[in-house]
Amino acid sequence: MSKPIQRYTARERSNHWIVAIAFVLAGLSGLALFHPAFFFLTNLFGGGPWTRILHPFIGVVMFLFFMAMAARFWRLNHFTAADRQWMARIGDVIRNRDRGLPEIGKYNAGQKYLFWTMVVSIPLLLLSGIVVWQPWFAPYFPIWLLRIAVVVHALAAWIMILGIIVHVYAAIWVKGSVRAMTRGTVSEAWAKHHHRAWYREMTGK
Amino acid sequence: MALQSLDIKARSATTTPSPNVRIEGAGPVAKLIDISKCIGCKACQVACMEWNDLRDEVGTNVGVYDNPRDLTDQSWTVMRFSEVEVEQGRLEWLIRKDGCMHCADPGCLKACPSPGAIVQYSNGIVDFHEENCIGCGYCITGCPFNIPRISKKDNKAYKCTLCSDRVGVGLEPACVKTCPTGAIVFGSKVDMIHHAEGRITDLKERGYSNAALYDPKGVGGTHVMYVLQHGDKPELYANLPKDPNISPLVSLWKGVTKPLMSLGLGLAVFAGFFHYVTAGPKEVEEEEKTD
Ligand code: HEM
Ligand code: SF4
Ligand code: SF4
Repeated sequence: MSKPIQRYTARERSNHWIVAIAFVLAGLSGLALFHPAFFFLTNLFGGGPWTRILHPFIGVVMFLFFMAMAARFWRLNHFTAADRQWMARIGDVIRNRDRGLPEIGKYNAGQKYLFWTMVVSIPLLLLSGIVVWQPWFAPYFPIWLLRIAVVVHALAAWIMILGIIVHVYAAIWVKGSVRAMTRGTVSEAWAKHHHRAWYREMTGK
Repeated sequence: MALQSLDIKARSATTTPSPNVRIEGAGPVAKLIDISKCIGCKACQVACMEWNDLRDEVGTNVGVYDNPRDLTDQSWTVMRFSEVEVEQGRLEWLIRKDGCMHCADPGCLKACPSPGAIVQYSNGIVDFHEENCIGCGYCITGCPFNIPRISKKDNKAYKCTLCSDRVGVGLEPACVKTCPTGAIVFGSKVDMIHHAEGRITDLKERGYSNAALYDPKGVGGTHVMYVLQHGDKPELYANLPKDPNISPLVSLWKGVTKPLMSLGLGLAVFAGFFHYVTAGPKEVEEEEKTD
């Protein structure tokens, strides 16, 4: 058995999980007000008023920790020529036909798209969220802006939640990924198969 | 349910039928405010405070008659005074009693995310049930007339109830009862429209050729209506909107989009599950482990 390769430090893992927990809580409390079908979720937060009170604070925590995480991973998420070739074969990736895929770095094109979607959506969620935040900020904004903000917020949240569903599923689908975020390491075979350019960088092979 | 004797036509954030087993009652009601008869005495403001046990803060005089300056959680109706020169050299003092219009298609109710925080009775009254209100302010976003106000004391939304508690037991609203000039009248909507027609004919005879009833169709008509001397220019009356409707943004936010978006989220989860059981997990091939 070859030596596992370090993918995330303890700090990076903690940062990721704070964002993840805050995101799930913000998502569930937000969805509760999104459509009556989800209103029962308010029970998880101590009722309607508590859901309304807690949601924006959870959102702000998520925003702050996300920005810290984004700063760490920013550079690693620039697109390369290999990413474009990889993306052209996304159909094969989905069908688990991985033979002959280009060698890619620490992140693949799918992960990078998610990263940039979050980098755009999360500040939008913060800004639009502040505009509709009762009772602290909303009274200072004109109603026409509130109307824009609720639409932007609902739309950005929806895109984010969809993105995260894909993200979580990808972690379950690609075996050996979850331990990167729980224990910090991946197997050599995993690194070599999924992120060969990164594997070369890490091992010099 | 605050008033068990009234049928409910619509209830916020509710997708099943609202309680409405009773036989059709007297039909929709309406309050008619004849601006040409209003003398700005504010007796209606006082009656509203008294019946609803509201006491706004004593403000300061800011040089206009409007007092308080705006609607608040404690002031569900305010008189808005506009000095306008409709024609050169002819000053008119237009005094509009502002407050909830009790829209037939209420934007507040459409926007509210909390089940039963806003109800619309079959008589047309739109009522906030504060015990279900979560204080999110969505009703403010939805209302085309800028009416609901959130209390700083309890973070609940308040507005004119059209005295649903009085109407429910066969009384007229407190403001109607108190108005000394008969500028505010109350009855079935049909009767009020009929009454307004008489007033409009009279106003036209007296030279107000554009006198008209304000019962805006954009919100399905309202259960509080105005007789306007200058029906062609409602904006003269402290910016009463000419053609109010629920903002397209609110309709987009609260229309078919959300059920579709919710369905989208559900489908994404299903797609993942079925991908897993068909294509299967992505496992690293054996031979790569050794080379
Ligand atoms: C970044 C900081 C955020 C702030 C300041 C914020 C603020 C708000 C506010 C003030 C509301 C109105 C309800 C309430 O008062 O609680 C709201 C609604 C909502 N939020 Fe956030 N939020 C943030 C982040 C998020 C995140 C990360 C998500 C989920 C992914 C999210 C999803 C939602 C949803 C779905 C709604 C309901 C929207 C609707 O009714 O259409 N929010 N948010
Ligand atoms: S503030 Fe209250 S009444 Fe207004 S939309 Fe929110 S829950 Fe409904
Ligand atoms: S005027 Fe505003 S608060 Fe009153 S029923 Fe219409 S939308 Fe609701």
